Amino acid sequence: MARAATTTLGGQRAVAQAARRGDRAFAAVVVALGGAVLALAGLVLIVVYRLAHPALATIGPLRFVTGRTWDPVAERFGALPFLYGTLVTSVIGLVLAAPVAIGLAVFVVEFATPRLRRWVSFLVELLAAIPSVVYGLWGLLVLVPLLRTTVQPVLQRLFGWAPLFDGPPIGLGYLAAGAVLAVMILPTIATVAVEVLRAVPDALREGALAIGATRWEAVRMAVLPFARRGLVGALILGLARALGETMAVTMVIGNQPSIRASLFAPGYSLPSVIANEFAEASSPMHVGALAGLALVLFGVTLALSGLARLLVRLSGGALHGAP
Amino acid sequence: MRPRLVSVAAAALAVVGLTATEGAARADALLVTGAGATFPYPLYAKWFSEYNNLRPEYRFNYQPIGSGGGIKQLIARTVDFGATDAPMSDEELRRAPSIVHLPLVAGAVAVVYNDVPDGLRLDAETLAAIFMGAITRWDDPRLVALNPGLALPAQPIVVVHRSDGSGTTRVLSDYLSKVSPSWRAAIGTGKSVRWPVGVGMKGNEGVTSAVKSIPCAIGYVELAYARQSRLPVAALRNRSGAFVRPSLEAVGQAATAVELPADLRVSLTDAPAWGAYPISAFTYLLVEREQTRADRGEALVSFLWWALHDGQKLAAPLDYVPLPAAVVTQVEAAVRRITVGGRTLLARPL
Repeated sequence: MARAATTTLGGQRAVAQAARRGDRAFAAVVVALGGAVLALAGLVLIVVYRLAHPALATIGPLRFVTGRTWDPVAERFGALPFLYGTLVTSVIGLVLAAPVAIGLAVFVVEFATPRLRRWVSFLVELLAAIPSVVYGLWGLLVLVPLLRTTVQPVLQRLFGWAPLFDGPPIGLGYLAAGAVLAVMILPTIATVAVEVLRAVPDALREGALAIGATRWEAVRMAVLPFARRGLVGALILGLARALGETMAVTMVIGNQPSIRASLFAPGYSLPSVIANEFAEASSPMHVGALAGLALVLFGVTLALSGLARLLVRLSGGALHGAP
Repeated sequence: MRPRLVSVAAAALAVVGLTATEGAARADALLVTGAGATFPYPLYAKWFSEYNNLRPEYRFNYQPIGSGGGIKQLIARTVDFGATDAPMSDEELRRAPSIVHLPLVAGAVAVVYNDVPDGLRLDAETLAAIFMGAITRWDDPRLVALNPGLALPAQPIVVVHRSDGSGTTRVLSDYLSKVSPSWRAAIGTGKSVRWPVGVGMKGNEGVTSAVKSIPCAIGYVELAYARQSRLPVAALRNRSGAFVRPSLEAVGQAATAVELPADLRVSLTDAPAWGAYPISAFTYLLVEREQTRADRGEALVSFLWWALHDGQKLAAPLDYVPLPAAVVTQVEAAVRRITVGGRTLLARPL
């Protein structure tokens, strides 16, 4: 009896030890995998930096970022028009997509019947699965002619005095790129927003309804403030996708490195110029300048996600007080 | 429906069978690889498949990745030949002095436009001014003076240019740099240049479709795209003062009029002949003068010899311009100079 007990105890200890060893091995594997991701990102950065070095050393990093001329023949390179185009189109995309995507998420979570919810979710996921070149083709063949023949002339008749709607309506430009981006990032934002809203405890909704709020008031006053952090996160994910989008943007933005106030004017974006010029760039300066643009894009993405974290922290702190 | 389905299935089976037997015949074929310019790709693809029918022991694989990439890969010796529209610069050749330029066909860059009646005439100054944004309207007095009979619309000009680095841009900017001092000073010659105005589109097909769809647009594309799109094409005033539209004959005249230097690197733009189209260019195959492998070198020179003679007949149907006889003789001489281990590969004409 006693003997049997000790063996069982010993067996248990052995099992526990084996488990601990397993745990340690698992932890080592996970750390290695996580480290590999970091190492990979670091290596990419190093390689891109080494490519960019000849151009950055000659021009100077600050003059490169603030330069407005892009002249591969004279080897004068400035990133500002591309930076501007990337930011403007991404912001247009976000402004157009955010209300629709969050409205869609509110509808799906708060108002739709389960059957309808399944269908809407399916369609939104379908939208996310379409390759970007297809969005680009749709933009070029459907959206751009529509902008050129209908939307831009109407906007110009109504708000022609504003510098925002200046110049001949050719369709291609910031507005077209922003609109295509809006459609592309809509599913990203909507999918994440749906998950965020579903995570809001039902007690909040019930509480609001119990004190006499309408459903809309419950959403506005109880659900959305609670979900604010998550919703900002959803928007940032959408913005990140918009910043890096290459194919669809280059097909409709007009690929002209200039900085204009008009949304009708053709512009250029950071990823587009890299895709367009890299294959035929032969001088180390030109290749270096393109790699420099990649670094700028990297920096923009980092800065924006940092800013977003800060925003979330600030808004969260103000809203909930001390955690 | 049923019988049709069956016949389609039978056809598909036949195709599968054909490719299968072709694959078998080619299994032991010697593979010669190349990479480079996109412009000659349709012709090269046709040439390689025709030549494979003639000489099944050789198989050619060509990747149209752009001439810059082709040159890089040839220098690194990862391919057996490269291809480029613009001859390599002196600087590039200094780094790879053993590379030989072999012009195989010529082509032209056509100026296409939309919403303006056919028959537009431009001279060098107005063409440069339009692409630089100095002429911004179709009813500009300089355009009216050149086109007295033409009803030019009172509309802004929308310039469409290439967004990707390309030999087409290189040829156009080479021409404009030759004929317009202000273009040379402000923009210069290159595969990607600083366009002051307009919208950029990717590839000849991108420019063609943009010119087609944007009202009152003007752009530049390879001759074949201009013909297939049926867009109106501008006649350009050449060095002799004649207004010439791009055609196989007009490009052929340009190719005949320009004297080839010993290394065959030459620009055909602004050629002096009366009927020459001013924005013409050769497209080149690039090979190492000293081949490292006898079998691939033999495959290459025998193909080159064929392309210079029988192959030329395939050019015109695809809107490429065959080489004039005098040029063929000079390229022949260059092909004869290709060696392996000091031995000439092409001792006798095939």
